Amino acid sequence: MNKADPYAGERLLESPFHPRQAPLNLREAWSAWNGYRFAECYYDAEYEYFCVRNACATYDISPMQKYIISGGDSEAMLNRMVTRDVTKLKENRVTYVVWCNDQGRMVDDGTIFKLASDRFMLTCGSSCVAWLKMSAFGFADVSCEDVSDKIAALSFQGPTTCAVLKRMGLDGIETAKPYDIRHFPFGRGPLMVSRTGFTGDLGYELWIDPALALELWDRLYAIGADYGIQPYGEAATNMARLEAGFIMPGMEFNEALKTVHLEHDHTPFELNLGWLVDFNKPHFNGRSALLAEKQRGPKYVLTRLDIEGNKPAEHSWLYGNKRCTKEIGYVTSAMWSPAAKANIALAMIRSEHLKGEIWAFIDYAKELRQYSKIARCTVKDKPFWAPGRARATPPADF
Amino acid sequence: MTQLGHYDSIIIGAGHNGLVCAAYLARAGQRVLLLEASDSVGGLASSREFHPGFKAPVAHSVNHFSKSIAVELGLKAHGLVIDVGSVPCVGLSPEGKHVFLNGAELRGVSDDEREAYARYSRQLQRFARALEPFWLKTIPRIGPNKLGDMLTFGHMGLNLRRLGKADLREFLRVFSLPMRDLMDENFDSDILKSLLSWDGLIGSKMAPRSPNNAVLTLLYRMVGTTMSGGVGALVSALEAAATAAGAEIRTDARVQRIRVSGSASGLRATGVELGNGEVFEADWVVSSADPQTTFLSLIGVENLEIDFTNRIKRLRCKGYVAKLHLALNSSPTFGGIEDSGGRMIIAPDLDSIEFAFDDAKYGRWSEHPVMEITLPSVHDASLAPPDQHVLSAHVMFVPYDLQGGWNEATRDALSERIIDTIERYAPGIRQTVVGRELLTPADLEHAFGVTGGHWHHTEMALDQMLMMRPTYEAAQYATPIPGLYLCGAGCHPGGDLTGAPGHNAAHEILK
Amino acid sequence: MKRYDAIIIGAGHNGLTNAAYLAKAGLDVVVVEKNDYIGGAAASREMHEGWIYSSCSYVCSMMRQAIHRDLDLSRHGLMLVPYLGTVSFADDGQVLKLYTNAEVEYLELRRHSPHDADSMHRFRADLTRYSQLIRKTLMRTPPDPVSFKPRDIKELLFLARQFWTLGEREIYEYIRFFTMSAAEFLDDYFENGLIKASMATPGIIGTALGVCSPGSAYILLHHVMGDVDGNIGAWGLARGGMGAISNAIASALQAEGGEIRTHSGVQQIMVRHGKACGVVLENGDEINAGIVVSNLDAKRTFTQIMDRKDLPPGIYDKARNFKIRGSSGKVNIALSGLPKFTNVPENRYINRGGLTFTGSMETLERAYDCWKRGRWSDVPFVESVIPSAWDPTVAPPGKHWMSNFIQYCPPKLASGPWTPEKRDAFGQTVVDRIERYSPGFRDLIVHMEVRTPDDIEKEIGLTEGNIFQGELTIDQLHFNRPFPGYAQYRMPVKNLYMCGSSTHPGGGVSATCGANAAREILMDLKRPNTVPQDDCYDE
Repeated sequence: MNKADPYAGERLLESPFHPRQAPLNLREAWSAWNGYRFAECYYDAEYEYFCVRNACATYDISPMQKYIISGGDSEAMLNRMVTRDVTKLKENRVTYVVWCNDQGRMVDDGTIFKLASDRFMLTCGSSCVAWLKMSAFGFADVSCEDVSDKIAALSFQGPTTCAVLKRMGLDGIETAKPYDIRHFPFGRGPLMVSRTGFTGDLGYELWIDPALALELWDRLYAIGADYGIQPYGEAATNMARLEAGFIMPGMEFNEALKTVHLEHDHTPFELNLGWLVDFNKPHFNGRSALLAEKQRGPKYVLTRLDIEGNKPAEHSWLYGNKRCTKEIGYVTSAMWSPAAKANIALAMIRSEHLKGEIWAFIDYAKELRQYSKIARCTVKDKPFWAPGRARATPPADF
Repeated sequence: MTQLGHYDSIIIGAGHNGLVCAAYLARAGQRVLLLEASDSVGGLASSREFHPGFKAPVAHSVNHFSKSIAVELGLKAHGLVIDVGSVPCVGLSPEGKHVFLNGAELRGVSDDEREAYARYSRQLQRFARALEPFWLKTIPRIGPNKLGDMLTFGHMGLNLRRLGKADLREFLRVFSLPMRDLMDENFDSDILKSLLSWDGLIGSKMAPRSPNNAVLTLLYRMVGTTMSGGVGALVSALEAAATAAGAEIRTDARVQRIRVSGSASGLRATGVELGNGEVFEADWVVSSADPQTTFLSLIGVENLEIDFTNRIKRLRCKGYVAKLHLALNSSPTFGGIEDSGGRMIIAPDLDSIEFAFDDAKYGRWSEHPVMEITLPSVHDASLAPPDQHVLSAHVMFVPYDLQGGWNEATRDALSERIIDTIERYAPGIRQTVVGRELLTPADLEHAFGVTGGHWHHTEMALDQMLMMRPTYEAAQYATPIPGLYLCGAGCHPGGDLTGAPGHNAAHEILK
Repeated sequence: MKRYDAIIIGAGHNGLTNAAYLAKAGLDVVVVEKNDYIGGAAASREMHEGWIYSSCSYVCSMMRQAIHRDLDLSRHGLMLVPYLGTVSFADDGQVLKLYTNAEVEYLELRRHSPHDADSMHRFRADLTRYSQLIRKTLMRTPPDPVSFKPRDIKELLFLARQFWTLGEREIYEYIRFFTMSAAEFLDDYFENGLIKASMATPGIIGTALGVCSPGSAYILLHHVMGDVDGNIGAWGLARGGMGAISNAIASALQAEGGEIRTHSGVQQIMVRHGKACGVVLENGDEINAGIVVSNLDAKRTFTQIMDRKDLPPGIYDKARNFKIRGSSGKVNIALSGLPKFTNVPENRYINRGGLTFTGSMETLERAYDCWKRGRWSDVPFVESVIPSAWDPTVAPPGKHWMSNFIQYCPPKLASGPWTPEKRDAFGQTVVDRIERYSPGFRDLIVHMEVRTPDDIEKEIGLTEGNIFQGELTIDQLHFNRPFPGYAQYRMPVKNLYMCGSSTHPGGGVSATCGANAAREILMDLKRPNTVPQDDCYDE
């Protein structure tokens, strides 16, 4: 950063991959994430999306928050914080978790990487420093270190990713099962690879010292060139994750501690994440509130909808009858799914209306003229997109 | 089917609230075990030898113990005389123009002031009486309540309503008033203002200019009863009452951990584990330890919710009162005081209290400490050898975290400063001092296991009162851990020798 | 002789608002003002040729937009421009720049403390939630809690319902917030000393409490519950200075046929047969009116311009005991150029907001300790803003006007009465404080005007120079403001009302006290209400 720049303090930070990504961002479509400059898209969001589904693509997750939780009490501390049983997590495995406040409302979601018996990495979308500090209070032997700026990370997703990594010399990467972690030497330092991602497809996440970030990028792009490699941004990510049925903070839920209106946050049960709540593990935060919620049944349930027609139902109201007199919920995210060729949505629906008819009142525009339509919605139990290759071990090369 | 080592209730800590709670539970037929870490009962009210032949309790006067508890527990039968009349209180003046207050009788001020005091005192008495029933009641949650709870609120509303329009309006105005404003509105005499505001401030982190709880603390201290024989007699009577009711008391039994078992339906407290590894089981575990000790040390955060833990952690538990004990080889003489059996306040004006507080804010003790002095040996001859005396002083404001830390040198310097101050009012007293002991808040924490050395376990402040004491979800004596109850000063209604928290906790357990 | 329907004493912004609403209802009103200018503490005055000072009040956030819109103040010349943010200076020269852009603010906070950058979200959410409840009460008349009148019971139920809907836990947190000190409240969120201190400063502005005094957390809320265009906590400047607000309201009043008389200080409120019936001016003139509305503070109204024997028993004592403590000073400085600050880059966004010379929590608290002892601190808290950096109307091109608000400044000095020398010394303390962070600042000074609480009282008529017309502690808030039993703008003498900041909801250029009083007066006169309902962005 130029010292003489009087606006230095006002500018967004740049990720370790920025020098390579910036020239590729032909649309100069930048947004911001945790204070970092971050691509909305590089060239065309739909094109980038198809690169994820069709070949391979990289998504810069360096701005994601990363914490190393270590010490003799680190497992106990995490286990009390999150709803899943962390003691069941094996070394070099990753698990998806949510954590709640005392009322069982979701503070955030993220992943825990078990690096050693007393060493974990927690990742999440936005800063969790204060909650971690509160959660760690009272445990004698635990330290929480914010390593967000000390680890560069690239999400590498798509059907050809395994082939590229193999060609890069990551021996045995094809034997890594979903949620496995593998370590490889890379240049002067180690490279950690986890078989994780946010696209619902085959994919990996690569974790490395920021000093080696560009070297990693260059290797990946040199080899990936023959496999259709392409950087993708927030917009394509959002498409892929919606097809996979993953939730996004700020779309499907508000972080409880940052919510003004106390009804505007959510429990894991409302987000259809009840499977993450383990009542058979030792005490964890929000337990009694969640037990009560489970027994009572959640007020809303996040539901996958297949909507007739092809008009995306973003921000639509949902009704229990075609006349639209009985309001039963609202759409949180919606789009036309290029993979499923379906008009899909995630929606919050009041639980008592899940079984009945669901109609979406969709507003759309044609050449500035506003139209609306009422479309029938069908509840889908399975994700809209869940290819076998996402789980296959070893994955095929294409 | 009580098995060996299994009790109905185990009470942690034999302070006066632990004793009261044990006595009530045992009287209700429970098998009760009372465990005390130190070698004697009484906690802050127990008498300890601080110099060969000289003893003193930390709490140095009993003037508002709950009368109904004293009667119900039959303390009379154990040698206590209650309602022995008000404890006289003197505001010492550096110029010798002392102000004497004994119940309704006020001397040393102008007729106008006396009249103002009568008016002021009548109004405060009305307020105090309206609130009195609620010190011995569980304050329900603001939320979905049972009928009985609603009745408590109804009763409260009715009692306040019964004050009449003018009084109620005035109550709603003055309840959070800083002491200084209340005093300035009513009085002119500096000594009188210090004297009357003392009971609103002592023991708290409140200065005369601080709005908040001072008036309510004052009202809390205006009810209850006085007793003969001082603090020691009360503790002995409570111990006798508890034992007579069948409670088992073990001293030198430090509880290391409250045992908590987990199941699919949640956690439950099942007993305690002592430092020596002994384990006792019980249906109810009742802690008279302060809330931070109870939850953070004895229960452990892994059994608690994160935000709840944070609320316990943020409780304001640092004490600001130090205790000085002097062993005197003769009867001290305070200039212009004939009867030295009461309380004597050294605080020439409200600014002297305010400025002493200012020093403590920054972690220093004041060069001009303000204090309350008693001679406990006047009422309890056993505390000192014949014709010799014990002087006990509560000194404000002395910080728990002294800048640079407490050590012998800082303790000595403060003791000297306090003795200098007393010397001014009792010339020659320094020569009669044969032994002394200073207990800073840090010492109180160390000696009695009270976090922060706070008299009231945690600050009596509006956000830590009533259904928020010590914090919501633990304010009705029950805690988030089924089977675990609180019965100490950290519960409603708060600190001092009143017996109320112990009494209220027992009633909740017996519900 | 002419008899008006209503006389309003004091042409401060609340008096003008009150008059405007009465005039709008068809009443024949006159506002009498002792000074030769209107606006009271919200005035723009040319104190040095070419420079317009907002000599007292200097920023705006609490002005209710419902009133702004209803009186069509934009048409009458009012334009409120939001601030960009604030720069705080620590004792050690560290700088915290909080701008309104969320990403940039996050980065800046993270530079100081990653923990606090995260916590700030929770702090803002909590503060917004707390302020939403109070905001709902601003344009409502407080109920009398001991009354059985249907109206009072209805209002009490309304409040109870609002309180209840917070939920049990929030009620407890709310009580905590309402009663505790800013310092302890902030301890729950922040670790960094500068962030804490800079968040604490709204808790002491204008009040005789310190950051460690219980009750200061509410003062903090009182300062952040305002909004600009719905952004709660945002502050703005009035184009042309704060006088633009008063002038616009006056213009609206005159458009409705109301009259304003300057140079007309009131000697006494006339009471006949237990009813207020007019005023006697300092020049001996009498003005008769059906009702009298005092925009003066409660203490001044009852102890200075009323005859004690006209008052029911006890009222004089209540007024005497009314807590209205001077604690703030003001220094207005004309500058020959824009000052530069150490550690603050020179870019176009700096100086588009406030500058706070904060120091640390201890610096703030020690400044309060000095006030208690009848002195001013050598390192007082100074809140500054340079409106000319973005308002071209208040200083010649290239020149600047800097408004400096100082907490604390005692109304009476332990060393004896204020003198011109002491006032200068106070002014120099402030300049020294700024110079420390802006070497060469002193050389830019073209003209300087220093106001102690004593000066503010003498000129504006605020007792002790208290900017809120009475402390904002629980004993003087809502149904206790100004006195228990008289919180509904009607005073103990019939036909006498109050409409100043001594009444609910208290200090700040909000226009609500004046509007609320007008609503009550019109109700008594059985006239149709002209006062709009508040608009709540948050509901």
